[in-house]
Parts: sequence; C-alpha cells; structure tokens
Amino acid sequence: MTQSLKFVQGNVACAEAALYSGLDFFAGYPITPSSEIMEFMANRLPRIGGKFLQMEDEIASICAIIGASLTGHKVMTATSGPGFSLMQEALGYAIMTEIPCVIVNVQRGGPSTGLPTHVSQGDVNQARYGTHGEHAIIALTASTNQDIFTMTVNAFNFAETYRTPVILLLDETTGHLRERLEVPDEGDIPTVGRLKTEVSQGVDYHPYLPREDGRLPMSDFGGVHRYNVTGLFHDMWGFPTENPKIVYGLIRHLVDKIDHYADHMTRWKEFYLDDAPTVLISYGAAARSALHLVENRRKRGENLGLLELQTLWPFPHALVREKCRNAQSVVVVEMNMGQILQQVKLAVHQPDRVFLANRIDGELITPTDIQNIIHVIHGKGV
Amino acid sequence: MAVRDYLRERFFPHMWCPGCGHGIVLNALLRAVEKLGIDKSDIVMVSGIGCSARISGYVDFHTMHTLHGRALAFATGIKMSRPELTVLVPMGDGDALAIGGNHFLHAARRNINMTAIIMNNRIYGMTGGQFSPLTGCGMFGTTAPYGNVDHDFDLVELSKAAGATFVARSTAYHVKELSGFIEKAISHKGFSVVEVMSQCPTNFGRRNKLGTAVNMLETYKKQTAALDSKAAADSPDKIRRGIFAQTERPEYTSEYEKMIHMASGKS
Repeated sequence: MTQSLKFVQGNVACAEAALYSGLDFFAGYPITPSSEIMEFMANRLPRIGGKFLQMEDEIASICAIIGASLTGHKVMTATSGPGFSLMQEALGYAIMTEIPCVIVNVQRGGPSTGLPTHVSQGDVNQARYGTHGEHAIIALTASTNQDIFTMTVNAFNFAETYRTPVILLLDETTGHLRERLEVPDEGDIPTVGRLKTEVSQGVDYHPYLPREDGRLPMSDFGGVHRYNVTGLFHDMWGFPTENPKIVYGLIRHLVDKIDHYADHMTRWKEFYLDDAPTVLISYGAAARSALHLVENRRKRGENLGLLELQTLWPFPHALVREKCRNAQSVVVVEMNMGQILQQVKLAVHQPDRVFLANRIDGELITPTDIQNIIHVIHGKGV
Repeated sequence: MAVRDYLRERFFPHMWCPGCGHGIVLNALLRAVEKLGIDKSDIVMVSGIGCSARISGYVDFHTMHTLHGRALAFATGIKMSRPELTVLVPMGDGDALAIGGNHFLHAARRNINMTAIIMNNRIYGMTGGQFSPLTGCGMFGTTAPYGNVDHDFDLVELSKAAGATFVARSTAYHVKELSGFIEKAISHKGFSVVEVMSQCPTNFGRRNKLGTAVNMLETYKKQTAALDSKAAADSPDKIRRGIFAQTERPEYTSEYEKMIHMASGKS
C-alpha cells in the first residue's frame, strides 16, 4: 500500500477527506477558525472540474450547496459558531426535504462573536437542537488529523445513505493543529454513492416514498423526473399537505430513519476501560488531553480509562451505559458547561456518580486541569 | 404545446385570492416559455415563501419551494452545478428585497444567468397585509396603521446599480407586454430582472381603498406609461414600463468554466 503522507492542519485534513469522498461542490463564507477549508477548496476544486462558490453570507452558502446537492453533487460547507447559527433554518430545510449535505462547524468560543481564535465545544447542543421542530440529526467529531479524515468520509457516507444533512463538529484546536496525516489510497475507506431511482422516464416517480429499508432513491434535479421540493410538510410526490396522518408519518420517518440506525453510525475509541474505576468520557481536542492524562497516570499505577466519543448525535446512550457499568465515577471532559455531561447522566445507571471536568475560558483544557478536578471529585484536594 | 400542458392540474385549484394578479403572471410566464419552446425538463423554478412563491407548485418543471428570501441562493447552487438548465426565480417584493435583499444584490453583481421575476403587490399578502419595502410612504398596512413612514425602493434603479444586465417592468394589466418581457429576460444571457406590478385586492387594495381587482388593473393602465411613449412624455409622474437595461457583461457560469479550464491545466 502506498500511502500519501502529509503534515497539515486539521482543517486541511477535513478538506482532503471531502475530496476523497467525492465532493465536487463547495460554497462558503469566510469565518475564523474554519476559513482554511474554503481556501483549500478555492484552490483545488476548479482543478478537478468542481465548483467553489464564495457566497455573500453563510445562509446563502448552505442554500447553494442544498441546491447543488439536489442536482446530484456531493456538497459541503464549512463555518464556525456564528455562521452555524445563521445556517440553522436551511439546515432544517435540508432535513425536511431530505437532501444530503455536510456542514462542518469548527467551533470557537461563544455566545455571539465570542472568541474567534480560541477553542470551545459549545455548539454540541446547537447541532442537535438549533433548528426548529422535531427531527433527528447526525453529528460527528474527531480529535486527530487521521480521525478528522475518517469522520469526514463517514459524514459524507451517512449523508448519502440516510439522505440527510450531517454535521461535523470540529474545534479550533484540532482544526488548526498541524500533524501527520496518512491519506488512504482510493478505496481503502469505502465511500457511499447516492441511491438513484430506477423508475424510468414517463413512469410516476415518488421522490418521497421510502423503500422498505427506509432509503429514498433520488432523481437528479434537471433529469428526466420533474418533481416538487418544499420545506412544507409534503406527500410522497413532494406536494404540500396539512393532512395530519401524512404530517405524523413524515415526522416519524425523519426521526426513525436516523434513530433506528443509530448503532450503524456510532463511532468511538476506548483506552484502558477494562479495569478502570474512573472512566473519562471526552471528544475532540479535550480527548487529547484526557488521553495524555490517562496514559500518564497508568505509568504511576492509577487505573484511569477513557471513552472517546466520535458520534455525538444520535447520542450513543447504550454504549456509554455499557462502558460505564463497572465505573465508580465517570468524569466527562469537555469545553462547555456540560452539554455531553447531561447525556451521560441520562445514559448511566448512577447519574450521581457522573462529574464534569471542563474549561470555558477559551483555553485548551490540559491534563493537569483534568487531574486537579479529579482530585477534587475524589475528595483529595488539589 | 398548449399552456395547460405546462401546468400540474392535480395541484389545482390554486390558493390565490379571487382577483389576485399572480395568476396573470403565471399565464404570461407560461406563454413566454411556450413561445421559446423550452423543454419542460430543462427548466428549474426556484421560489421562496409567500403568495408569489406558490407559483412553483403549479408548473410542471423541476420546482423547488425554499425558504423566505433565499430562493436566489438555492438557485445559484443549481445554476452553478447545471449551467445548461434554464433557471426561473419568481419572488414577491418582500421576499426579494427585504429578507432576500442581500442575495438579490449579489446575484445581480455576479451576473449569473437566471431570470428573477419580482411579483410586486406592495404588501406581505400571505401573512396578512404587513407593509413591504415596496409599499411606499403614506400607504397603509397592518403594521402601518397610521400610514407608512418607510420609503420604497425603485426596483429598476436598484437592479441596474447592482449589476443586473436585463431589467424590465410591466404590470398584470399589460399581459402581452409582460409575456414579451419575460421571454426576452429568459433569452438574455446574464442576470435578468422583470418587475411585475401585480394587484393584491385582499390585503393591499382593501386597506388603501383602491377598489376591486378591476379598479386596480385600471389604475395600472392609467398610472403607467410605456418608455418613449407620448403618454410618458406628457406625464412625467407616471410609472414607466419597458426594458430599462439590456447590456452585455461576462456571465458568471461561463466565466467560471473558463477558470476551470485554466486551473485544470495546473492539476
């Protein structure tokens, strides 16, 4: 196997992975700390005949990629907190119209313009609950360049498989961290193509009639089947309806098509969990510090373990419950006020044994920070 | 092809109020498409939200009913990825110029080849009669109960200034003229804007005591004048109808293809 070795930023690893996945359309608006992704696309996409658009704002960016996806292209946009907030309405539109797309949010401190060049993991709940109405969402994250690559490919695969927007939640530290990246050969990581309809021209095509396995074969806009796409509740032809049975059925479909397959999209890494009375749960840049601490304390005979989450939504409650079954205490390490902590408490049998180790000041949480907090939790003082 | 062959008959009756001008716009639009002889499968219509936006449901093209104000942004993604398609973007005045104002300016600046049809009824009809950016000073709406203090845009001047290369204005009274303008707009290579003054008897006419739909149509006849006509020369106050801009400027998707050709040599 001849692998291409690179020394790049996490943002570039993400962009490389998007091309590996078959991306050929990108629209964006500059915002720190995500801009390197769109700069990469501006350079590379025209060389391979793809399209790059710098739009007038983030709202236009996500709308443009949704339009392009509908014509059969693999699409992505990248942004950061404030831009992600602006995209929420169109994110809901892509959910409702079941149009695949990938949205990268390289998180920075907030609320508002917050800390443009500092790290945060404050958008975990925004990814899940930012847009209005009832729906399910897929949100992935990563802590190393190699993981960013893999999870970006996963994001495209999930988007195409489940016909839904997928959010990739990176953070400023991993996005800007330069480290080694092995770009896999073509085919080493499977990539999923869109399921195209087999209904022939002239035959009634139902763009919103799911097959038995829940998948909806698509027809490219501009192709032989002319149909309607709307953000309103719609019937199987895509025409607006307020019929309560159809409304109910569509919401159930949007939720179930993701929740029923949650196990298929749960990705995680685990370190030293078998004999750990104290289990750390973390993700993204915070997981790098948590792993460093775990390995450091192991050398000194202290049995810490780490569960690193890579799929945040749908939240893997069963996985967390299983991995924490024998833990005397669970410490959630994240850079927010406890957004994943709440989910972990819902998951485990003894939520009173779940604690938070966090930093919310724009600085990366360090192994020492985590160790100090664990000492306090265990009543040992700092 | 008969005009009814362009319609999705199962979707009728339409939801517009009796007397609404939007049905006339639909008719004029379809006659323009018929005259141009474009295949239905080569047309994409992208609309936003509002009474105007529902036009996309009634036509047998590839149709997309999107978010309030964002139709041009979605349409830009479609046109960029499939430049060979004819892209039509019907919008209301609030949709295009208030919430969608930024997208409108930038689509015009890029000169991307699509046709924006602004159905100007001077009101937010679907939400019940609130004033819009084209309502005009002194007029009434549910959010302007004491008379509107906001000034309106001149859509023609705005479009030209932003870079649109085809700009025309007509009314729901002047159906044949309107259809001709839409035909020219679709044929034009670049961003084209057609403003249609379209009566809303329910929410604009009623609150402003403009009478029935027929009265409002008669007003369009009386208060407008074709460019370079004797009526226009005699009455400078009348609203001008006609083609205000028809110029050539590099078109966005074509320029992008040239860039791809240049950049792909570097791969």
